[in-house]
Amino acid sequence: MLFAFVLIAIVIASVLFHFVSPWWATPLASNWQSMDDMLTITLLVTSLFFVVIIFFLAYTLLRYRHRDGGRASYEPENRKLERWLIAITTVGITSLLAPGLFVYAKYVNAPRDAIVLEILGQQWLWHYRFPGADGKLGLTDARFVSATNPFGLNPGDPAGQDDFLVAGAEVHLPLNIPVKVLLRSHDVLHDFFVPPFRARMNIVPGQVSTFWFTPTVPGRYEAMCAQLCGIGHPNMRGYVVVEDEAMFHAWLKAQPTYAMAMADGGAAAATPATGDADNRVALGQTLAQSKGCVACHTFDGSARVGPTWKGLYGATRPLADGSTVLADARYLRRSILEPQAQVVKGFPPIMPAAGLTGDEVAALVAYIQSLGSPAPDAPGQKAQR
Amino acid sequence: MAYVQDTAHHPRSFWTQYVWSQDHKVIAVQYACTAITVGLVGLVLSNLMRLQLGFPGQFAFINAERYYQFVTMHGMIMVIYLLTALFLGGFGNYLIPLMVGARDMVFPYLNMLSFWVYLLSVLVLMASFFVPGGPTGAGWTLYPPQAILPGTPGHDWGIITMLVSLLIFIVATTMGGLNYVTTVLQARCEGMTLLRMPLSVWGIFVATILALLAFPALFVSGVMMMLDKTLGTSFFMPALVSMGQVSGHKGGSPLLFQHLFWFFGHPEVYIVALPAFGVVSDLISVHARKAIFGYRMMVWAIVVIGGLSFIVWAHHMFVSGMNPWFGFFFATSTLIIAVPTAIKVYNWVLTLWRGDIHLTVPMLFTLAFILTFLAGGLTGLFLGNVSVDIPLSGTYFVVAHFHMVMGVAPLLVVFGGIYHWFPKVTGRMLDDRIGKLHFWITFIGTYLIYFPMHYLGVLGMPRRYYNFDGYQFIPASAQTLNTFITVVALVVGAAQLLFIFNLAWSTFRGRQAPPNPWRAASLEWQTPATPPPHGNWGPQLPVVYRWAYAYSVPDAPQDFITQNAPPEAGGQELEPHGNPGRTKGAVT
Repeated sequence: MLFAFVLIAIVIASVLFHFVSPWWATPLASNWQSMDDMLTITLLVTSLFFVVIIFFLAYTLLRYRHRDGGRASYEPENRKLERWLIAITTVGITSLLAPGLFVYAKYVNAPRDAIVLEILGQQWLWHYRFPGADGKLGLTDARFVSATNPFGLNPGDPAGQDDFLVAGAEVHLPLNIPVKVLLRSHDVLHDFFVPPFRARMNIVPGQVSTFWFTPTVPGRYEAMCAQLCGIGHPNMRGYVVVEDEAMFHAWLKAQPTYAMAMADGGAAAATPATGDADNRVALGQTLAQSKGCVACHTFDGSARVGPTWKGLYGATRPLADGSTVLADARYLRRSILEPQAQVVKGFPPIMPAAGLTGDEVAALVAYIQSLGSPAPDAPGQKAQR
Repeated sequence: MAYVQDTAHHPRSFWTQYVWSQDHKVIAVQYACTAITVGLVGLVLSNLMRLQLGFPGQFAFINAERYYQFVTMHGMIMVIYLLTALFLGGFGNYLIPLMVGARDMVFPYLNMLSFWVYLLSVLVLMASFFVPGGPTGAGWTLYPPQAILPGTPGHDWGIITMLVSLLIFIVATTMGGLNYVTTVLQARCEGMTLLRMPLSVWGIFVATILALLAFPALFVSGVMMMLDKTLGTSFFMPALVSMGQVSGHKGGSPLLFQHLFWFFGHPEVYIVALPAFGVVSDLISVHARKAIFGYRMMVWAIVVIGGLSFIVWAHHMFVSGMNPWFGFFFATSTLIIAVPTAIKVYNWVLTLWRGDIHLTVPMLFTLAFILTFLAGGLTGLFLGNVSVDIPLSGTYFVVAHFHMVMGVAPLLVVFGGIYHWFPKVTGRMLDDRIGKLHFWITFIGTYLIYFPMHYLGVLGMPRRYYNFDGYQFIPASAQTLNTFITVVALVVGAAQLLFIFNLAWSTFRGRQAPPNPWRAASLEWQTPATPPPHGNWGPQLPVVYRWAYAYSVPDAPQDFITQNAPPEAGGQELEPHGNPGRTKGAVT
């Protein structure tokens, strides 16, 4: 008795939950309305089956529960009924599969006029590349990868010289123009996932995978990694800004090309470090975001993959080898340039070397310094995770 | 083998009777106890990971590394070392010989060896908690390249012990599996035709065949990954740069591993599900006092699902970066498999229709299975249909789906099955009140955990996230829901202690059970002694005259006729599709 009523209550509560729940898909911001429609169709068809079957089950339990002297009937089969049920189920399944495959057929065929964006996943940050004036992306290979050339662009390939390499975690896209995304990785699996766009694909080292979508709503969207890529996986943040075409082109023109970036690497180092302290801290803060430091290091004292930067400057840190070190500017600089040299105890030795100029390192150190020194009354506290 | 000859092999000492036992019933209990113990470890790990999700950052010892290690070990333990081992090694071992009327498995020594090798694999797995760097945190799918590269917890010792443990486990499963299949095919008693076998045996039989065909794919991928890790080969490793260092690998394919893994991994779902299907069919039939509806269709559904399960694997890889044209084929094959699965659900419900339903504890678990499995199966239609899967893949929708359909649902059957067969195993009944309490908390609790979780997935929250700090599209209410789910998970986790207590207490203090407390027709309840001794049947093997579902046969004196009752008792003439005049039974 009770059980049958619980079944009915579960069905009713589930349906109510669906309508009052504040959690549902993010507002769509791409052309993939058809995917949302498929979700709705699937929800309707499956809910119908769920409600009918469970109500029938509950009714059966009430109607045929054991009574003294009661006896079940003997009906081992009913071929006609079974055939009907197979037919109804097949119709239900087909009503889901057929439209689903039509939507998918669109998904696997990118429009010919789509612009090309390459996204490179790296533990644990994103890089973006657009083809330059020649419309072609330069060849890449893992053996060319370095801190200053995360894409592994082949320096000898002329097609790559004019490629736009986007600095930082934010990429811009033009409104209402289809984008074909080429996905690459030189380390592990990733997945560039912007929930409001719906479209996505895994990034697999050793091959290029693709997907396409058309952004249809201007705005700034969060991107996240949706394929486990190691310990910094949840903090692999990116942003996609969708804006009108003119603004997009203006933004793209401001991005450095590969040729410029190569030349710039030397130029930046030569620039004297004359910026005032505030500017340097601001630059350090920007770098912490754009170089992906924030995937592992926090500014608020909480431990993530790596030690927090809050109260780090001037603290005495225990190292993995049992010694201790004073976290001064010299130590911080070395830790950024040679991450595996002096690893803090309790943290994995997994930090990659970032391609930073001397100036940029100084800016980062200044920023870390601005986040404060350890509280004098609790010198040992910061050493804990 | 003549029984007289057989008695010479009866164990005499405590050691040969309970430890180095070759008796399938003792081995079944050994398997079950080991699996349940390791399952409790998996349960604790899940609660630890839920603590982090429900109360992020409040438990300092759950750092990101440990979180991923908990996630990985929880998944692997539950799927392989608990569910697979329990259904095949536990239920399979106990039920097959008793249900088909055999004295034991056909290779008793191999059977014993299978358990000890399984135990070794569990010990190696547990040892990985204590190796330098801890267990692997690569996720239970162990995807390369990250599984063996720095940046993933346990990428040295952890992954190696995991792979070694899996390889040992597969050896154990193969030894057991060959045994089960041979026993079903060769050791059935007189009159036990294949189409008179209870569906539990059918489910376990087909699942075992799946295991024998699917686990080799995991075996070779494990060997290859081990070579990639230890010798620097490049089966799964392309040229890559790890932590700033160019590695020596070249030309391998991470997707190759995924194909091999899921070629194993999808049948694995049915290795767990098919025995559950079988057990559910038997429990419903017994406790509703009614012949299973559409027996022959149920058998065919098990066989067809088993076959189809080998051609749907890449639906786990719709967004993996494989050739996107595969999506058409695998979406279609996946949705086709829903038809035989739906038939099973209909037939369970139709068995209840016009039945005489006793809401015993085993029956409650069985009915709860129907609801949970239906919910989990229907959400499979979302994920199996490629264009619906694209936004949902890798989110909490997937977590909710597979926990319902292959986590909670089979576990409810495990509980139901244990409540049902415990009297046969021990001669005592499990306590009903504790059983009901355990049932209600587990059933309602798991639904409260997993039903709302789907909505977090639709929202776009990815799985395998240690924290969701600072993502603007996730409303604060999602965190509230996560906290709620954690609290329920802790309650459900704690409630499993009721079950453990019930098992322990009832084994020694439970009410004495009659030989056939549920008045079941199938053969395992007709042994001369309860619990059955070594050899099961005494001097005379049983002879079977009818199918296992002769319940409420019109004009029969009782509402069940046992399989080995003499032909005069009737009940055999309404065998499904049988010739109405056929009464030969054992004489065939």
